[in-house]
Amino acid sequence: MIEIAGVGKQFVLHNQGGAVLPVMTGASLSVGAGECVALVGASGAGKSTLMRMIWGNYRCEEGSINVAGTELCRAAPRVVLELRRSTLGYVSQFLRVIPRIPTRQIVAEPLLAQGIDEDAALAKAEGLLERLNLPQRLWSLSPTTFSGGEQQRVNIARGFIQDWPVMLLDEPTASLDAANRAVVLDLILEAKARGAAILGIFHDADARAAVCDREVDVTGFTPTKEAA
Amino acid sequence: MTPLLQVEGLSKSYGAHLGCKDVNFTLWPGEVMGIVGESGSGKSTLLNCLAGHLAPDAGRVILDTRDKGPRDTVAMSEAERRWLARTDWAFVHQNPRDGLRMNVSAGGNVGERLMAVGARHYGDIRAQASDWLARVEIDAARVDDRPRAFSGGMQQRLQIARNLVTGPRLVFMDEPTGGLDVSVQARLLDLLRGLVRRLGLSAVIVTHDLAVVRLLADRLMVMKDGHVVEDGLTDQVLDDPQHAYTQLLVSSVLQA
Repeated sequence: MIEIAGVGKQFVLHNQGGAVLPVMTGASLSVGAGECVALVGASGAGKSTLMRMIWGNYRCEEGSINVAGTELCRAAPRVVLELRRSTLGYVSQFLRVIPRIPTRQIVAEPLLAQGIDEDAALAKAEGLLERLNLPQRLWSLSPTTFSGGEQQRVNIARGFIQDWPVMLLDEPTASLDAANRAVVLDLILEAKARGAAILGIFHDADARAAVCDREVDVTGFTPTKEAA
Repeated sequence: MTPLLQVEGLSKSYGAHLGCKDVNFTLWPGEVMGIVGESGSGKSTLLNCLAGHLAPDAGRVILDTRDKGPRDTVAMSEAERRWLARTDWAFVHQNPRDGLRMNVSAGGNVGERLMAVGARHYGDIRAQASDWLARVEIDAARVDDRPRAFSGGMQQRLQIARNLVTGPRLVFMDEPTGGLDVSVQARLLDLLRGLVRRLGLSAVIVTHDLAVVRLLADRLMVMKDGHVVEDGLTDQVLDDPQHAYTQLLVSSVLQA
């Protein structure tokens, strides 16, 4: 479902003397349906960069990134947008929302964007929030003032509300207590069971062991000083 | 699928001064495109050329019209363009005073648009106007009040109702959240997002506010000195800017 071959990336910092920062070279991996693969490697090795290139908020200029049959490298915006609507889910570490929108609405949004009936979408959102132990009194409030762990659970509920065929998870269990961590791991296992292809970053080794089938070390994709 | 809007080689200058130069893009149904850039970058000139307020020096603006399919709005007659400006596209001004009739009641502002496209039945017009005021969260009790008695945020919501009542597929917006308090901005952003989704609208939004485009726009075009220097997915342009000017723009935003 995810096929990555020969992907490379560099940043050019025009306002810092045109410094060129090579950050990735020759990245290749594949994730099949029903499989969960963990990206590992030291901080700064390029795990998040690779995830962002698949999501499309980092531009890919070299190599090939194919998700569910769609080539994303140099793809037109509408191709990426359609893939995000129908196929590709992403749980990021940050919650970016319009202030003052109630939590349940934010969680339901991926379904609403698909034209699913509002009552059904909100009911599903509430079910997930309940499962993630977010107190009911918070559902009608905007998450902008929530604690880090609460925001993270809103993010997770939003990421899992749709049965995406392909999912990207950036530290889904970070800042969660043991009970909620277990809920998230169950959600991941359920997604795998229905055939989702999952690529994730998990700093928590126990979480990784519980849900991941394989690890890919991105250190092998980090450009060496000589190559730069 | 047919693109809703195809812009080819659009240029406009004011004597020796360049407005915008050789702009090309394709907008698909349901897409929201943001245009950012500093004052004088040509973004408002471009928007006004697209909406038929200014005649470009060169280029084509091909709109997939409801009745006649793809047509070049630059080449058509003024009368035809004016008709399309009432039926097929809408224009939301930064200052609601430019888009509203300040001496006509709120209901009248909305109803007038319906009459301009042929509605004649008073009861229908009033019912539709009330329906639209409700959709933009204006209390039904205010339907007979004049917009000068409204707050800035309410005036902007009324302008949106007046523009959308005739069911356009494309909306041009010039700094729609410009003069508003941040708390009012958030409400307007939520409203716009809901309307775009429910009505399947496409929109071109000019703004200098990067937070607004991140929340509203699918795609982003960056302009400087009349030229488009970069375009792409909104989060890609903001998170991984390629052009020197975009990098400067993104890194200049204060983190709240």
